[in-house]
Amino acid sequence: MSGLRLSPGAAVTLTAILALVVFSLAAGLDPVLLTVSIMVAAMPLMLAALGEMVVEKSGVLNLGVEGMMIIGAIAGFAIAVESGSALLALVAAALAGAALALVFGVLTQVLLANQVATGLALTLFGLGLAALIGQPYSGIKPPPFPRLDIPLLSDLPVVGPLLLSHDLLLYFSFALLAAIWVFLYRSRGGLVLRAVGESHDAAHALGYRVIPIRLAAIAFGGACAGLGGAALSLIRVPQWTESMTAGAGWIALAIVVFGGWRPVRVALGAYLFGGVTILQLNLQAAGLTPLWLLVLALLLFAVHSTARALAGAGAHIRALFPLWLATAGAAAAAVYSPIAIQAQYLSMAPYICTIVVLVVMSADRLRASLNAPAALGRVFHRPA
Amino acid sequence: MLALEPRLSTPGWLHAATPVLAIALTMLAGGALFAALGKNPVEAIRVIFWDPLIDPFSRSELLVKAAPLAMIALGLAFGFRAGIWNIGAEGQFIVGAITGGAVGLAFYGTPGLWLLPLMALAGAAGGAAWAMIPAILKIRFNANEILVSLMLVYVAELLLSALVSGPLRDPDGFNFPESRQFHDSATLPIFWPGTRAHVGILIALGLGVAAAVMLHRHVFGYHANLLGSAPRAAAFGGVRVHVMTAVCLGLSGGLAGLAGLFEAAGPVGQLVPSLPVGYGFTAIIVAFLGRLEPLGILLASLVMALTYIGGETAQFTLQIPAAAIWVFQGMLLFALLAVDVLTRYRLRWRRGVRA
Repeated sequence: MSGLRLSPGAAVTLTAILALVVFSLAAGLDPVLLTVSIMVAAMPLMLAALGEMVVEKSGVLNLGVEGMMIIGAIAGFAIAVESGSALLALVAAALAGAALALVFGVLTQVLLANQVATGLALTLFGLGLAALIGQPYSGIKPPPFPRLDIPLLSDLPVVGPLLLSHDLLLYFSFALLAAIWVFLYRSRGGLVLRAVGESHDAAHALGYRVIPIRLAAIAFGGACAGLGGAALSLIRVPQWTESMTAGAGWIALAIVVFGGWRPVRVALGAYLFGGVTILQLNLQAAGLTPLWLLVLALLLFAVHSTARALAGAGAHIRALFPLWLATAGAAAAAVYSPIAIQAQYLSMAPYICTIVVLVVMSADRLRASLNAPAALGRVFHRPA
Repeated sequence: MLALEPRLSTPGWLHAATPVLAIALTMLAGGALFAALGKNPVEAIRVIFWDPLIDPFSRSELLVKAAPLAMIALGLAFGFRAGIWNIGAEGQFIVGAITGGAVGLAFYGTPGLWLLPLMALAGAAGGAAWAMIPAILKIRFNANEILVSLMLVYVAELLLSALVSGPLRDPDGFNFPESRQFHDSATLPIFWPGTRAHVGILIALGLGVAAAVMLHRHVFGYHANLLGSAPRAAAFGGVRVHVMTAVCLGLSGGLAGLAGLFEAAGPVGQLVPSLPVGYGFTAIIVAFLGRLEPLGILLASLVMALTYIGGETAQFTLQIPAAAIWVFQGMLLFALLAVDVLTRYRLRWRRGVRA
């Protein structure tokens, strides 16, 4: 009978999708379009977070994701405008991100600099350099990005827009997810990478070249962040403005923690944050009270706890009654006394959500320390 | 091949020489970058690093910009020594300006010498309280303080924007998103007539001396050093990590908040959304450039203030965007960290050894 029982993760995902459909119908929006916009919002985060996850798996903490993303954003944008070729633009974005990441790599791996400080320098430098390069490009529209277009199939209702007519980069992001999963867990190279991240001294003693392996991982992470930035400037927005990443790189770092350094969960995390971003924008536009965000958070939490209780783990089912009561209470408050609130408070949602997620994921110290690569952020000084 | 060999002790002159070397490297790399972008490199360097020293108005402005940088960096230095990374000083700066400024606005028009100290207290308390959020989440839930404090920067920016277009908006301001101008009793006195040099600069100087004493003559400074260089030894030696986390974050938050209030009640004179200009982030570089040493930080804050003023002039004369000074600042931090390897390791030439 276990086939009927939902796992907590699946229950939460289903509830979130259901809530999305109900919300969009209530607000008079097309649920399909809303989902598509969430996918587009999640794509940059997913690309950057997956890349950073690989870097961290190798035991390196690169805090410069924001800087690499914005460099990718302007490099991709500039090349797209100059050449008109989307493919060329993406290659440029990936190369720019990787080049910047290698600066970090040389400093931290060869010159043994502090990773936190170097990552911050990378962010500052990237933001500045992007502003400098991007000066002539503000206010220009980039060429449209190629979309999947299968005759007939892409025009199908619901399935067409949801699955078969996205920007090509979106399919690439899922291919990347699969490739990273296969590499990490089904290949010798992935095993070596993870070994380096768990204990660089042991890996070194076995004869693996820790520094080149880490440099390769850092460059790969930079390329992914660069692609994420290009996804932002060429597809999501699409326009160039100074500091347009607005913390997306930092959120990507938090998503890696959220995903527990596992590819599929990291991708789910990116979609969660994409969802929060789009939802708060739509709440702003629809003039609805932000209490609904609280209702949603409580609802998801309650569903998660209940699914765990039903599966026999966690609290007893009766202990969850107050949680459901609070959810219903918040919903009632949202319906009957909508608080008018300034738009700025709603815009805080993604950032506050990041903090909440970090707290929830880190609170269980044992699990957090089991998930994180053991050598994360530690300096490897090669013994002579 | 070249190999790095750990040093047992670092000669004193090397500590002082590396920041200078880093600045020289930054100028070279920056000049190359500007040349690559088709701007005259010599002129760019001159405008950013030299011209502000010649112009008398710029010289006083140097102090105005150096004071907040120094105050924030002094607080950060303790945490950085202890391995507690407060990256959100910018947010604490903003919240300090809000809480301190709100006190000034609440007593709008009330004269009195007590008002400014009260505002300063409120500003420092606001900044410290904002920094307590990552501290408590770190202590209680083990949440990464880097990410939490950084996320709170964005929240603080939005909060400032919401407040000055909401409750703190100037009632006679035609709906512009800005507060009233602070009245005389709520504005920092100027000690250098004809300039914007306010008493906050003198306070920053005093704080530098106090921090130097704290670091070298007080057990707190010793504990911070110990926790950063040998966490396990520190734990056995009775350093309470949780307390250190709270104190380091609270101290840096309080100083950042005070700096924020001084900025609002000093050169800016009101609360506006454009109040934060990145001092909280630049202060991180100031802390490293000053080698996490209070007196070094005071010097370093002057150097970084130079790039701020030079950057402003460069916007007009060379048509360089404001964010371009971050290129210099980022490069400077890169150069510092790269050169720093010399203080911790000795370069040795080895023949035929390959690991």
